[in-house]
Amino acid sequence: MADPMHQFQIHKVVDLPTVNLPGLGVVDLSITNSVVSMGMAAGLICVFFALAARQAVVPGRLQSVGEMLYSLVDDLAGSIIGHEGKVFFPFVFTLFSFILAMNFLGMFLVFTATSQLAVTVTLAMLTILTVVVVGFARNGFGFFKLFVPSGVPAFLLILMVPIEIISFLVRPVTLALRLFGNMIGGHVVLKIFAGFIISLGLLASGGGIASLGYLGSVVSLGSVVALTALEFIVAFLQAFVFAALTCVYLNDVVNLHSH
Amino acid sequence: MDAASAKYIGAGLAMLGMIGAGIGLGNLFGSYLAAAIRNPSAAAGERPMLFLGMALTEALGIFALVIAFLILFA
Repeated sequence: MADPMHQFQIHKVVDLPTVNLPGLGVVDLSITNSVVSMGMAAGLICVFFALAARQAVVPGRLQSVGEMLYSLVDDLAGSIIGHEGKVFFPFVFTLFSFILAMNFLGMFLVFTATSQLAVTVTLAMLTILTVVVVGFARNGFGFFKLFVPSGVPAFLLILMVPIEIISFLVRPVTLALRLFGNMIGGHVVLKIFAGFIISLGLLASGGGIASLGYLGSVVSLGSVVALTALEFIVAFLQAFVFAALTCVYLNDVVNLHSH
Repeated sequence: MDAASAKYIGAGLAMLGMIGAGIGLGNLFGSYLAAAIRNPSAAAGERPMLFLGMALTEALGIFALVIAFLILFA
């Protein structure tokens, strides 16, 4: 059976020279298939919203889809963060649409940019840095009250505060790993079941009782179709969950005093 | 036991972590359905929360999958 992990290999498309950055060391500037995929996702979003952002009062189909995505994230930010959520809407919407575009392109093309840990870790780090910066900007050193839940007796606090700090630090890790794991898992399962179609069919061509392999082949084909549908749902859901969790973490720091 | 067999056994054991995710998801959707049948008009309002809870629970199962892949392929 072919190796299901081969699809996640990074290949260079345009080989550019490396540069030596003072703090980061040697950085390879080559354009890889990951870079091309991310660029296509960004371009796709720009083109889609350029076409969808008409001002028709009765929206056409494209405009309806754009408005649905906009209102989904707008309602999410408004309901979770409250009135101040409107300020964070551009950031959350950029995250949502970028992740959605990368996930969907991964279903149609050979390569999924979000199946690279580097991409998801970058997005998660951006989110947590935004949360921390917003927390300090709004609350000053009162930001550390986030780790001290109210109404807890003093002897429990000694246990609770390290737990709260650790659970806060784990948030970017889970954000990155959730998206990464879902994308990797989905595509690996699709590849494995697709491999079954061919391998069971080859097995069945031996004749005799092995002709049951044709049945197995057909069942595998059916499951690949069903899994592809599931993967489309997961692609949308993971973008939604990333955006929703960003809103929840922002709510924690923005509404620190009114828990 | 050579490294290759140990890898396969390790990956299989790591996937046992999905048991918890499966139980959690069944719990989640079961409660949602039970409440939705009692109060159908309020069910639609809580559906975003359902999907959020589903993705969070599924994530823990996916972490088990990531460990299994790490054991198998790295």
